[in-house]
Amino acid sequence: MYNFEFEKPGSVADAVAALGAEDAQALGGGQTLIPTLKQRLNQPSKLVSLSGIADMKGVSASGGMITIGGATTHATVAAEASAYPALAATAAHIGDPAVRNRGTIGGSLANNDPAACYPAALLGSGGSVKTDNRDIDADEYFQGMFSTALEEGEIITGVTFNIPEKANYQKFVQPASRFALVGVFVAKHADGVRVAITGASEDGVFRWSEAETALSSNFSAAALDGISVSADGMITDLHGTGAYRAHLLGILTKRAVAAAA
Amino acid sequence: MNKVSMTVNGKAVSGEVEGRTLLSSFLRDDINLTGTHVGCDTSQCGACVVHVDGEAVKSCTMLAAEADGAEVKTIEGMANADGSLSVIQQAFQDHHGLQCGFCTPGMVMSAAALLKENPQPSEQEVRTYLEGNICRCTGYHNIVKAIMAASGQDVSVIAAE
Repeated sequence: MYNFEFEKPGSVADAVAALGAEDAQALGGGQTLIPTLKQRLNQPSKLVSLSGIADMKGVSASGGMITIGGATTHATVAAEASAYPALAATAAHIGDPAVRNRGTIGGSLANNDPAACYPAALLGSGGSVKTDNRDIDADEYFQGMFSTALEEGEIITGVTFNIPEKANYQKFVQPASRFALVGVFVAKHADGVRVAITGASEDGVFRWSEAETALSSNFSAAALDGISVSADGMITDLHGTGAYRAHLLGILTKRAVAAAA
Repeated sequence: MNKVSMTVNGKAVSGEVEGRTLLSSFLRDDINLTGTHVGCDTSQCGACVVHVDGEAVKSCTMLAAEADGAEVKTIEGMANADGSLSVIQQAFQDHHGLQCGFCTPGMVMSAAALLKENPQPSEQEVRTYLEGNICRCTGYHNIVKAIMAASGQDVSVIAAE
């Protein structure tokens, strides 16, 4: 790892100021960033830890929405997001227990790994990402693999999810990394169904609109019979081909619909 | 350089670390607590698990500077005050929950974290909790057995193959 300065501010304003330094980067729980730095794939001049900002931690629910502070760990979401059980269950299966005690929701969403779980949960639920200076709609936020609407130095201070009538996340675990080989988040809202897929597309998380249309008129696994996704643009790697992932996401979507609660 | 002060196994320690210094490096190289092992250095194997403010974390994937002010507990802090093995450590010995022993510090620290939040876990819950701790010798059966035994449960029915 190349060396860097370390700073741990106690407020969002101080963190924004610290991130103004050239090549400074925010540090969430570090469960992706630190391994990346070890591989010398990145060389920040300064890491600005967000873990000392009390305002960015915690879970609160009201008015059909749940808001999670950007520096809240996966373990805390798993334990405290009882107002949205499918979200708590999603958080409870990220990585392993020690990773969940450090990794944060803001860090995961800022990184937007194409196989991460939270992007599917947020895009599937609908909602918004709150930063130090604006709110970004979930549908505008994800812009491709490892790419988001965040500007340089912008910090995710909180994330708001719309709580659906029913939801479920099905994750086919890649057992070495604990990431999703494919993950499917299905949410049945009063005004329609949202289906978000992670782990499959070369463009990162995406909504499967054909399935959404079918499920919005008939919320049952049978409504998906005959609907499939093309393997074009699906990730092919040593764990599975694009065709395999395209098939798997159909199966997992059916399972998610059947299990939605 | 960053000044850090923390409590490790009940004792106040302090030092100066670079930004990039990992907590595992600080524990092993700066304060000579080499019981915490670094197996993979990629946050997969769990040999480096320690407790920070009561929570299990992978110390190779946390900066030492992040632990400033924290209470850290390592495998060296697990034995009883008189030096005898703790219940979990004794159970690993009794049930042959280790062979080469490299993963054992992390296994014991993860086991302690599990039993704190779930004092009577099922066999499946133990196996699930240990997803982030890799052992290349035992095949896990005796580790699971040791943890179940440490929780006071009857382990005579658990497969021993």
